[in-house]
Amino acid sequence: MTATGPATVPVTAALALGDDALVLSHRLGEWAGHAPVLEEEVALANIALDLLGQARVLLSLAGDEDELAYLREERAFRNLQLVEQPNGDFAHTIARQLYFSTYQQLLYAELAAGTGPFAPLAAKAVKEVAYHRDHAELWTLRLGDGTETSHERMRLACDALWRFTGEMFQPVEGLDAGLPALEARWLESVTDVLGRAGLTVPEGPRTGAWSAGAGRQGLHTEPFGRMLAEMQHLHRSHPGASW
Amino acid sequence: MSTTDWPLWEVFVRSRRGLSHTHAGSLHAPDAELALRNARDLYTRRGEGVSIWVVPAAAITASSPDEKDPFFEPSADKPYRHPTFYEIPEGVKHL
Repeated sequence: MTATGPATVPVTAALALGDDALVLSHRLGEWAGHAPVLEEEVALANIALDLLGQARVLLSLAGDEDELAYLREERAFRNLQLVEQPNGDFAHTIARQLYFSTYQQLLYAELAAGTGPFAPLAAKAVKEVAYHRDHAELWTLRLGDGTETSHERMRLACDALWRFTGEMFQPVEGLDAGLPALEARWLESVTDVLGRAGLTVPEGPRTGAWSAGAGRQGLHTEPFGRMLAEMQHLHRSHPGASW
Repeated sequence: MSTTDWPLWEVFVRSRRGLSHTHAGSLHAPDAELALRNARDLYTRRGEGVSIWVVPAAAITASSPDEKDPFFEPSADKPYRHPTFYEIPEGVKHL
């Protein structure tokens, strides 16, 4: 980061990407003690820790990581509404992972190839995210092409989260990426996975009046406030506490 | 944590090139692909490995504790099978 200097770090973009990683990390962490099987619990916790590591780097670019994570109000968070959606059943978590990790992998691959302030982080994170996407893909295939119940649940989950996917490709100040091209590749990749899973690409808008997506502007869905309260209460109740 | 019908897999990890795969533990997974990924998450989180094998536990034929004596006892009193009767020539290192 020294090559470009901290003054050139686009704070808005760092917050957007950092908050995505932080919030999804917390959501995945909520599976600890509740996952369907022990092996999957560890897998989700590993993914959560990867994301937390990314969040720390990104939020540190924007300011003090602890202050940003624990002392901001809901309206100051810039994450996508997709990542704050509740875990739901396992299929919902997997659908959320598939949509988000596909986006993140494409985005980080592009950022890593550039020379911008996010290139060093992206170069490291893209390998982590490739694994997250692989994990989501394998589970989508198994749930979609599994039993009648698993297929139905996976279909419902993909449908329910579809309207949150357009927001990923709205421009972010300071984020130097070709988002329209990224969106085309995202659609292609997701369509391919869903097709192989025996699922159809959900109908319904991804942008416009009936879609969701103002998280980048600080407008969040109802479950986010409760998630944030849980994430922040310890730090707020005991400022400066440490292990 | 619900119980599961998933089969048991044995995990072997090679810690670095040139060494053999060593048994690391076991896990449950619905199929080989996911067993490999579970193994990655459970047994190589701290840089323990460069290669993983997963083997269905049911595919392993193991010697039984009842056979311990006929299997292993006879080799206990054959010290000549151990290469301990040779003088190590001077100048040979790392032996």
